[in-house]
Amino acid sequence: MIQLERPEKTQLLQCRNLVAGYRIKSGFVHAVDDVSFDLDKGGFLGIAGESGCGKSTLAYAIMRLLKDNATIEGGSLLFKGIDLVGLSEEQMKKIRWVDISMAFQSAMNALNPVLSVGEQLTDVIHAHEEVTQSDARERAKEVLKLVDISTDRFNSYPHQLSGGMKQRVMIAMALILDPELIIMDEPTTALDVVVQRTIIEKIQELRKALGFSVIFITHDLSLLVEISDTLAIMYAGKIVEYGSSESLFNRPLHPYTRGLMNSFPSLTGKIKRMGGIEGKPPDLLKPPEGCRFHPRCPQAMTICRESCPVLERIDDRHSVACFLHKGAEIL
Amino acid sequence: MNENILVLEGVNKHFPLNSFRMRGKFVHAMDEVSFSLRKGEVLAIVGESGSGKTTTANVISRIYRQTAGRVAFEGRELSGSMSRKEELKHHKRVQMIFQDPFGALNPTRTVGGIMERPFIIHRIAKEKRSVQEMVDNILVQVGLEPPEQFTRKFPHELSGGQRQRVNIARAFSVEPDLILADEPTSMLDVSNRMSIMNMMLNLKERHGVSFIYITHDLAGARYMSDRITVMYAGMIMEIGPAEEVINNSFHPYTRLLKSAAPSPETGLKRNPLTTGGDIPSLIDPPSGCRFHPRCPFVRESCSLEIPPMKKIGENHYARCIL
Amino acid sequence: MLRDTFSLFIENRKALFGLMILVFFSGVAIFAPLIAPYDPKTNKVDVLRIIDEEMGRTTTVEREQIDEFKDRRVYTQSITTTYEKVTTKLPLNARPSGQHLLGTTKAGQDLFSQMVYGTRITLSVGLVTGLFTTILALTLALVAGYFGGVVDDIISLFTNVFLVIPSLPLMIVIAAYITVKGVIPIVLILGLTSWPWPTRILRSQVVSLKNRDFVRVSRILGEKPLYIVFREILPNMISLVMASFFTSTMAAIMGEATLEFLGLGNVSIVSWGTILYWAQNSGALLSGAWWWFLPPGICIALIGTSFALMNFAIDEISNPKLRKR
Repeated sequence: MIQLERPEKTQLLQCRNLVAGYRIKSGFVHAVDDVSFDLDKGGFLGIAGESGCGKSTLAYAIMRLLKDNATIEGGSLLFKGIDLVGLSEEQMKKIRWVDISMAFQSAMNALNPVLSVGEQLTDVIHAHEEVTQSDARERAKEVLKLVDISTDRFNSYPHQLSGGMKQRVMIAMALILDPELIIMDEPTTALDVVVQRTIIEKIQELRKALGFSVIFITHDLSLLVEISDTLAIMYAGKIVEYGSSESLFNRPLHPYTRGLMNSFPSLTGKIKRMGGIEGKPPDLLKPPEGCRFHPRCPQAMTICRESCPVLERIDDRHSVACFLHKGAEIL
Repeated sequence: MNENILVLEGVNKHFPLNSFRMRGKFVHAMDEVSFSLRKGEVLAIVGESGSGKTTTANVISRIYRQTAGRVAFEGRELSGSMSRKEELKHHKRVQMIFQDPFGALNPTRTVGGIMERPFIIHRIAKEKRSVQEMVDNILVQVGLEPPEQFTRKFPHELSGGQRQRVNIARAFSVEPDLILADEPTSMLDVSNRMSIMNMMLNLKERHGVSFIYITHDLAGARYMSDRITVMYAGMIMEIGPAEEVINNSFHPYTRLLKSAAPSPETGLKRNPLTTGGDIPSLIDPPSGCRFHPRCPFVRESCSLEIPPMKKIGENHYARCIL
Repeated sequence: MLRDTFSLFIENRKALFGLMILVFFSGVAIFAPLIAPYDPKTNKVDVLRIIDEEMGRTTTVEREQIDEFKDRRVYTQSITTTYEKVTTKLPLNARPSGQHLLGTTKAGQDLFSQMVYGTRITLSVGLVTGLFTTILALTLALVAGYFGGVVDDIISLFTNVFLVIPSLPLMIVIAAYITVKGVIPIVLILGLTSWPWPTRILRSQVVSLKNRDFVRVSRILGEKPLYIVFREILPNMISLVMASFFTSTMAAIMGEATLEFLGLGNVSIVSWGTILYWAQNSGALLSGAWWWFLPPGICIALIGTSFALMNFAIDEISNPKLRKR
């Protein structure tokens, strides 16, 4: 359990012991296994992890968009005091997109290729509110302006837009009902580095202007360290380190975090051989006994093979789930 | 050992457009591309999409023939048509590693079946048993041990990192003189990337191979290479020693790339990008310097003619009039 | 690899069901002589019985040699057997009964036997034509798709032209001009009118495979084109080729039935199509002889279903495999 002491008033989302995953023939895959975190109003939480760590499942779980055989098995998601886990689909519909929205990975696949950009935006409005067609169109044009897309693109189709523009349309769609929280699942992964930077800058700009919070999910840790306030490192369905991005960058405690930090070559400083991490992420159907990272951990101890460490607060802005730091309070 | 193993001079590659509307027009994928590569050197080609970096690799490996210009490999010029024997020799000397580890492996063949082919095609080993030994040997070198465990498997049974190791093993197995690596780590998990990059560096030392490393990641290029070339819209904008190009970036595009790259150390101290705009179309590229529509330092002459490569330092050139 | 595909196929319920139907009909075709109680074309049953057997001694003696010591006589003996042949004419237009499981035609032929023997022609024409069409289409597709250029242009032009020609009228025209003796002309007519469609489909697949990275790698490694076509591209097309084969076979079975029904094939052979022809010709529909036209119709539908099911199964198998990445 995280014990970040913060007055309740500024907390937007409190995730506590969330368990979610999906059922397959041979069992239940715990993609999200006992995850807890906090998000302040206007805050920027970055969730870093590699493929298969459960971050996308977490995103969809928060939006209650898990489909087919995927379910939330336990825990709570307190959004402004309401537990999202217990809500019915009807009740969730009122919150989805209006208060919490999402920008998906790969805009290319998330945008409907046979509808124009303008139509897709107005569809979103009409689905949630009773407005006239011209009102909806006005609002759609406004939000396009917000993301720096010229309004003559209102009638363009997705294939006529560049990758960066499509991603900005995605963000426009997420913004259009003025939500308080936007979850972004790898929004810049498929984009060129310059375009990625313009999108990030745009997001920062809009955040300052409109005041929404962001949960930003990506595998690009070096980017996250730059842009997030708070950072959570996910591995095999669990959060292994959590805290302010400054603290995690300057003093990574978990061997996985250290390994990740050691996997990004830098543009400055001396060029030296870097380590990376050996092995591959575990199968979430049958995760390793004890600490899930121990098979790959260069500092694994006996206890790591036997029991699984929990997130413990090391100081005000830094928690880690690792036996190496159990009980150690860094002042 | 300072001879040039590869020389490109004024290479153009234009793809004709086939549709009725666009007849007579071309995609200018490469224009005036010139550089050389020394034996044992690692040259990184850095650029975004549409920069022409993959096309350059395809021209060097002869998947495409150049439209104009000269490509010389080990002193011999690669002409438009080569005999079957000459092509085969070229393929033994120049190999390529692709970006998608799974796409580069035939899903219906085992790793062993895939790995045997280079040895058989190039008659490196004749008997079945010695082929097997050589396959095992190279699999061990890329970290796939024990090899017997891997030769039986199909590509879909391996992880992304393991697949890329197979691809790398296959490229090195013919003992080439030059390897073209086209974004070899961009589709891999972050934790795998470093070990793959290190392994490529080790193999390069061990086999004495020259490398062209294509990437969009400037930091990765700095880690892997001796020299860096920056390409934009089919043309080379800057070329020079890695440290020079990064620390003393000259061309405005290089500076843009550098400021756009994630850098955890800068954090809040970052300045916003000074340049907007998008990558131009390669069918109707901007006149003169292709970067001029987006350049914060643009002058009148920039749109009139393509600036020539200008020397700005020791072995450091940039295509800019500044 | 093939073994994996095969076991996946068997595990799929649709495929299994379809395969069982096919195996059933194949069994009927192979063991036809053992299953069919009557000859399909005959309208009578002859029973031969021995009534009387008499060993007569008609001694005819011939003296051949007479000499001092030898006397050669030749004796001839003959046996007369009397047979009784009872010819029972089969009932005409009879309803199904114990003796005639599917009744008889207006000419008195046992329909069950006709259906059983008909399976042979129907299945063999279908399968052979399917095979012929698929091999032709595959060859053209591989050549056009892999080598591209002028060759591709020519083959594609041909394919597109033939594709536009409606196959049924073409079949009818050709069949009307050829006196069809035997089954081979039918196979040829069906094959030569149905090759364009699978050729187009297979060619697209070849072209898309050719642009996949692993084929590029093979070229860079220096593989010979023929090797690439047969060992890199073709194995990745197996499921499409199988699906194409099933579709072509099904089309051939329908085509054969259509041709025969219209009387353009060889109506003297026994196939499900000819049964329908004679049924139609003899006004079976009007006279309510449902046992004449229903069985061939139902069987054609069943075989069609079996191939369709196997095709669905192939679709299901090819997709998850790709998703496994």
